Amino acid sequence: MPTVRTEMVDLRSSSDVVSVRQIVRTWSIEAGFSLVDQTKIVTAASELARNTVDYGGGGTVRLELMNDGIRRGLRVTFEDQGPGIPNIEKAMQDHYTTGKGLGLGLGGAKRLVNEFEITSRVGEGTRVVITRWK
Amino acid sequence: MDRIPILRLRDLLLVTIQVDMHDRLAMQLQDELTARISETGARGVLIDISSLDIVDSFIGRMIANIAAMARVLDAQTVVVGMQPAVAITLVELGLTLPGVRTALNVDKGMMLLGSEAGRAPTKMERDADGTH
Repeated sequence: MPTVRTEMVDLRSSSDVVSVRQIVRTWSIEAGFSLVDQTKIVTAASELARNTVDYGGGGTVRLELMNDGIRRGLRVTFEDQGPGIPNIEKAMQDHYTTGKGLGLGLGGAKRLVNEFEITSRVGEGTRVVITRWK
Repeated sequence: MDRIPILRLRDLLLVTIQVDMHDRLAMQLQDELTARISETGARGVLIDISSLDIVDSFIGRMIANIAAMARVLDAQTVVVGMQPAVAITLVELGLTLPGVRTALNVDKGMMLLGSEAGRAPTKMERDADGTH
């Protein structure tokens, strides 16, 4: 599936979470998303970016503008070298949290996008990939 | 450093969130607002979020916390001006904002709080309102 354009952003602090929201907004407008779809992927990105900072100890975000020949899409990948998630199934459950959040981040983000993929190894880090198609 | 102004309007406190809030700013607002409620004896808090283009679980939790703390301090909280796209997203995210009352705009929010500041508009004001 051809990637039209890609960009990598560092994610270290809570002000980087704000920048990620703004960048994802710009790219989702470029992908031609409706206002509701823009809001969904920006909100999902905000949840995941905060996870990367708060639980992963910081990391990176990769944005990809996609085109599969029929439709355009936006893929956002969050990667950290943090402690990893021992029990992904549990972490995906609503209202489960090991921190001080609401425990809606992962499950909520998944509901807001078309594709959601999470891989995590304890002691190595976590990667979450979300894609939303127009 | 950024700061979100808290305006006092008779027996209400009015907060208009106009910046893309980072998490620390959200926490700071929560602290300042509860301090102002206890200082002023305000009976109501209006939070205008019409400029916010997203509400994620962190901001949602801050709003729910403010409402809970205000309630303990004998003040009611009304969130006004939520954009439709934000409302749709919030529901899908799974955030229900328990105990938080909402209104479409500041005027309606004031009426909901039964504040003097929120008296019914005169005919002239209503006519003027139809222009936008």
